Amino acid sequence: MRSIGIILAGGGGNSAKLGGLTETRATPAMPIGGCYRCIDFTLSNMANSGMNKVAVITQYNSRSLHDHLSSSKWWDLGRKQGGLFIFTPYLSGSNSYWFRGTADSIHQNITYLKRSNEPYVVIASGNSVHKMDYNELINYHTEKDADVTIVYSKIKPADDINEYGVLTVDNDFRITDLEEKPLEPQSNLVSLGIYVISRTLLIKLLETINAEGRYDLVQDVFVRYRKRLRIFGYHYNEYWQTINSIHTYFECNMDFLKKDVRSLFNHQYPFTDTKPKDEPPAKYNIGARVINSLAGSGAILNGTVQNSVLFRKIYTGEGSKIINSIVMDGCYIGNNCTVENAILDKEVVLSDGKEIKGNKENPTIINKLSVL
Amino acid sequence: MRKKEMIAMLLAGGQGSRLGVLTASKAKPALAFGGKYKIIDFPMSNCINSGVDTVGVLTQYLPLELNRHIGIGIPWDLDRRNGGVTILAPHVKGDEGEWYSGTANAIFQNIDFIDNYNPDYVLILGGDHIYKMDYSKMLNFHKQSGADATIAVQEVSMDEATRLGIMNVDEQDKVYEFEEKPAQPKSNLASMGIYIFSWQELRKSLVADRDIHPDSDFGKHIIPMMLNENKKLFAYRFNDYWKDVGTIESYWMANMDLIQTVPDFNLYEDFWKIYTDSDHQPPIYTGLESDVNTSLLSEGCEVSGKVYNSIIGPGVIIEEGAVVQASIIMGRCVIGAGAFIDRCIIDDSCTIGENVKIGTGENVPNAAKPHVYDSGITVIGESTTIPPNVTIGKNCVLYGVTTPEDYANGELASGQDIIRRMEDE
Repeated sequence: MRSIGIILAGGGGNSAKLGGLTETRATPAMPIGGCYRCIDFTLSNMANSGMNKVAVITQYNSRSLHDHLSSSKWWDLGRKQGGLFIFTPYLSGSNSYWFRGTADSIHQNITYLKRSNEPYVVIASGNSVHKMDYNELINYHTEKDADVTIVYSKIKPADDINEYGVLTVDNDFRITDLEEKPLEPQSNLVSLGIYVISRTLLIKLLETINAEGRYDLVQDVFVRYRKRLRIFGYHYNEYWQTINSIHTYFECNMDFLKKDVRSLFNHQYPFTDTKPKDEPPAKYNIGARVINSLAGSGAILNGTVQNSVLFRKIYTGEGSKIINSIVMDGCYIGNNCTVENAILDKEVVLSDGKEIKGNKENPTIINKLSVL
Repeated sequence: MRKKEMIAMLLAGGQGSRLGVLTASKAKPALAFGGKYKIIDFPMSNCINSGVDTVGVLTQYLPLELNRHIGIGIPWDLDRRNGGVTILAPHVKGDEGEWYSGTANAIFQNIDFIDNYNPDYVLILGGDHIYKMDYSKMLNFHKQSGADATIAVQEVSMDEATRLGIMNVDEQDKVYEFEEKPAQPKSNLASMGIYIFSWQELRKSLVADRDIHPDSDFGKHIIPMMLNENKKLFAYRFNDYWKDVGTIESYWMANMDLIQTVPDFNLYEDFWKIYTDSDHQPPIYTGLESDVNTSLLSEGCEVSGKVYNSIIGPGVIIEEGAVVQASIIMGRCVIGAGAFIDRCIIDDSCTIGENVKIGTGENVPNAAKPHVYDSGITVIGESTTIPPNVTIGKNCVLYGVTTPEDYANGELASGQDIIRRMEDE
């Protein structure tokens, strides 16, 4: 294999933007599409691209992620040589820092890079829902004779461009400008947080900037070196979504009600893999009416569900209505409840007759393990 | 190798000929059940849930699907460095190979495998039944009663008892007689084909019976032999759900048990999970025009049509306007738009054309195999293709890629077959 993978999965700091859903989990552990966690997409892409060695760097609220990644076998990364590495901040004689930034998080684990011999490193965010064969990306990188290749795409009209890295490219796709979360964006092209760089160059750059007390991969490497290095953009045209706000999170889940999105992730080989939960098939009882909706395994459904994403092991009572909502694993919805424009976090219990109503722009969020 | 107190030997080599075309491409234990499961998942899951972490699976008839399904045992957490799951196929010894000629003969041929673990007890299981059972409780019973062999039994009706192997017991449930299909049953305790033997006792009996019966069988030879020798055999009563799925109708009925609002057999409790190989498991999508009720749907289904009183396997696509009722559809089938499917069992990876009607007309038993197909259920074998716009009756059998020319006037009358497989060509 020509490359190793690094997944930056430390995030979750922007908890306010995710409305408390990241109070108890890291953003890469956010449930997506009825059965996945956000990190499954990048992790599956790496495994499906034939990478044998993938490091996941975690920091914020890492318990949820570690639970999800407790066995590497679901992504076929339970290898004797290589496999899945999980790096968390640790204390040592010379270091007692948390990760001070993305570059620092890789630098603190630079042994991983030094002990490998694959020529390239693919660095990707654990917050990104996309499907990509990274081999094509590496081919492009070598064809362009690039030092760094950054994957970008056009921003969707509804998204807040100030949340992204915004870039401009010339006719040859060389990146001419790159700005993180700009006040005055110069284009509508945004970085997906997926990069290719040669392993030796990455080691050199990390050691250099670390000595200067700089710790951020985008700001202190890509932005700072954009003129000195040959940094190219790779235009990605398929479906993608970065989970960075309630809006994008809600949108992304609802996108799985579209046939082409389900087809891409659920039905086209190679598949997106996740930790199996061994739930039985979903049971649609008499009186169930489930339309334009997803239901995960282990569900027992008695009521109406419309335009919603139900994760695994959901119970809905008779006469209940779930409309335009996301319901995460293990929720129990009693008889004659109404849930509309809402996100129910894991294992919420609604007693009979409860009503939860939000509005489309601002869904109501019910915290994990709430009993109402 | 570290000693194991008890290991399980799972007899999975049987064809299950009464299941007709459903076992034409795979052994019976590899047949799908309840949507996402296979029959063998039930004893396998019972093993791990009972703390039995060493399982030998004896295969013989069409083992490919079973081998693929079991792999190294990951779904059941049976991928172990010491123990775990081992597939035991018939093999060549010395100059000659030898098939497994009977249930006990199969165990005899794997004495070395069992001896490796030096177990005190051996659990013998079949791959024919749907049940949840804690074998550790049965083992406790075996130890407490000081038995040489313990046979799990279920109370059945006296009528059923005439068709089963019956254990006659004293008031301590000690077995004094075993009768195969007695005309006048003395008891209603039917053997479930689940045995715990003290290994050294069983080992002696297997070796002794080897020269007497080349087709050595537990029910026919080993149990009677042990009774003759005045060994201590006890019946272990098991009164929970236990269903045979050996015929088309019993297989269909056992599946249909699962769709009741509160089923007799509960798959939804966390305490005793049934595990299966579900490598890829996206949720189920039901579309705007869909109507699904009183049904079980497995992962990755895409339903645009209507589904009632049915069991649907993983990755099945049911197109617009199609109606599926009282049927079992296994994994990765496509049911074309406008199709109407009634009382039908469709095995894995079939393609049913648009506007096909199945299950119409009179209930005429199958012409070729009236004893297998007589319950009105039409059965479609694995990877069968049915062209659009044809009408198919009841008790029909279809297998292979069929074309419009196979259907006179676009019809297949009740009780008729179309078999188009490689072996016929």
